[in-house]
Amino acid sequence: MHRSLISAALASLLAIGVSSPAQAQTEIQWWHAMGGALGEWVNDLAKGFNASQTEYKVVPVYKGTYDESMTAAIAAFRAGNAPHILQVFEVGTATMMASKGAIKPVGEVLKEAGFKFDPSVYVPAVVGYYTAPNGQMLSLPFNSSTTVFHYNKDAFKAAGLDPDKPPQTWPEVALAAAKLKASGHKCPFTSSWISWTQLESFSAWHNTLFATQNNGFGGLGARLVFNSPLHQRHIENLANMSKQGLFVYKGRANAADATFPSGECAMMTGSAGLYSSIKRNAKFASGISTLPYYPDVQGAPQNTVIGGASLWVMAGKKPAEYKGVANFFTYISRPEVQAASHQRTGYLPITMAAYKLTDESGFYKKNPGTDVAVTQMIRKTTDKSRGIRLGNFVQIRTIVDEEMEQVWSGKKSPKDALDSAVKRGNEQLERFEKANKL
Amino acid sequence: MEKRVRFRSLWLPWLLLAPQLAIILVFFFWPAAQALLQSVQLQDAFGTSTEFVGLENFRRLFADELYLDSFRITAIFSILVAGCGISLALLLAVFADRVIRAAAVYKTLMVWPYAVAPAVAGVLWLFMFAPSIGMVSFWLRAAGFDWNHLLNGNDAMALIVMAAVWKQISYNFLFFLAGLQSIPKSLIEAAAIDGAGPWRRFWTIVFPLLSPTTFFLLVINIVYAFFETFAIVDAATQGGPGRATTILVYKVYYDGFKGMDLGSSAAQSVVLMVIVITLTVVQFRYVEKKVQYS
Repeated sequence: MHRSLISAALASLLAIGVSSPAQAQTEIQWWHAMGGALGEWVNDLAKGFNASQTEYKVVPVYKGTYDESMTAAIAAFRAGNAPHILQVFEVGTATMMASKGAIKPVGEVLKEAGFKFDPSVYVPAVVGYYTAPNGQMLSLPFNSSTTVFHYNKDAFKAAGLDPDKPPQTWPEVALAAAKLKASGHKCPFTSSWISWTQLESFSAWHNTLFATQNNGFGGLGARLVFNSPLHQRHIENLANMSKQGLFVYKGRANAADATFPSGECAMMTGSAGLYSSIKRNAKFASGISTLPYYPDVQGAPQNTVIGGASLWVMAGKKPAEYKGVANFFTYISRPEVQAASHQRTGYLPITMAAYKLTDESGFYKKNPGTDVAVTQMIRKTTDKSRGIRLGNFVQIRTIVDEEMEQVWSGKKSPKDALDSAVKRGNEQLERFEKANKL
Repeated sequence: MEKRVRFRSLWLPWLLLAPQLAIILVFFFWPAAQALLQSVQLQDAFGTSTEFVGLENFRRLFADELYLDSFRITAIFSILVAGCGISLALLLAVFADRVIRAAAVYKTLMVWPYAVAPAVAGVLWLFMFAPSIGMVSFWLRAAGFDWNHLLNGNDAMALIVMAAVWKQISYNFLFFLAGLQSIPKSLIEAAAIDGAGPWRRFWTIVFPLLSPTTFFLLVINIVYAFFETFAIVDAATQGGPGRATTILVYKVYYDGFKGMDLGSSAAQSVVLMVIVITLTVVQFRYVEKKVQYS
């Protein structure tokens, strides 16, 4: 009895002795919101970095959905134990930027650790979104996606449409939808993320403002303007398609995502990140195309806007830990690591080098359509199309959902709904401006 | 002989009360005080800047007609949840009280839903009624009823009421069953001998004797509908379509935990607190008079 106790004590002492070199490593907490297959990808990135050196250890922790992990980090920050790195979705960007005392700009972290920071190596539309007006990079783009058009090639064939000629414009989408419906399809067209695809990306794609002050890039005084005649025309068009059963509403956020790989809906606008799910689950041939546009609008198509998330560094940590963060960020920005991530997940590459590397490897030729998202994003952006960065954006998107639902159900006219969404959204912007003034 | 216990020392009763008082202070009064404080503040998400704004948060709320409309939606929802929940549970309890064979199995099955988390209850019902894949919505469509809670506000309200009632029915059932079993059999037998049928026996003997239980459940169910149902709404409808199912407590949750607007969220929970306190006082002052405690 006694002997076994002593040996147990010895064994545990030994265990401490063995593990003590590991204790000398600087640990870096990384909170993220990637579940399932994407969670494995995040863990592999950390593993790869930890194996590449001995000084630092990155510990990824899954904290639930995007808003759950952000809420968790805010609570942790208020209690004084925030993580070092936090993954925040694009909608939370303005909130993070305004919280100057809570974050440390990534550009600063890299510079202090002795790394050279060259913004020109990054994809402009991606990095531009996460850069402050003074050129300082605030967060590291991590998993960036954009809006694309997915279509079911088999359904196209069955409806007598050319599977290699997806509709390019909205009038063509309506025609294709009518043919699909005539061939017996119950859901010719749907869309996930109504605000992101049909209003935000739609605005940039047509080189039209979604909000003033360059969509909020100019400051907190931005106000919504997505009730212009062009926006009205588009929502009216969708409402008519909805009445005729050509567009079927499938719910808020990404609820519609599941209806495309299952074959229920034949065409959909949504995230490019849906690619991996379609590839794995769809039992039909599918294609990816660019977002539809109105051909008579000058400047269209321009470029689409970014979605997805970036990595933020939290304030109040030790210099050695920041050095570790800088090393880790440099590691995941390496062209070969980036290219592997891009090909694995369907998310955009964040550096031009990673794009070139993927192109040279013949990946795009083997997987047609995977370059659509990239080519939509790497165009030169304008002030109107760089992206949309607004405070209380979570609420604004819900307001858009609420108002648009009234349109699809025929309770409100597109004009009334857009006017009301702009008015209610602007109240949110005013409140955010008040809460975050210096 | 006097039954009451008398404490000779002054501190002993307080000492014995201390654990319970501590729990109430930490888990009820402290958060409530925090809510009161935050309701007069405007904060950024991380709490790095806090500004005292007086009653601005409340003024903003009551100037918003959509918020005022939430009161109407909440009233409909709470009445439906409490009404349906209590009457269905009473019906089931009366049946369970008469079951002779396999009564234990029946009763166990009735209690199960209580072990389900609200969010899971929401998801379960959402699956059954999902317009494209749900079993029940498939049957409804086959019966000629076009169910679509994504765009039809009444369908959405029905969905969350069903989920909320189902979740709470076990609780109501247990209390009714206990109440039924404590009614002396001799009373009912005497009435039967006097020639009263089952219907008459129920309304003149059983129901009045159950009134303390019913009253208690009314208070509990109203509080449940007001406070504990946000997870069901979040999982099933997210307050939509439009704002057809945005009940007050869901908006508290949404503004605080998704929108990070703590000031407004706190102000709303203070409003909710006032409503529930008022309702409970009203129930105790007026409804309780009709209760027979025998």
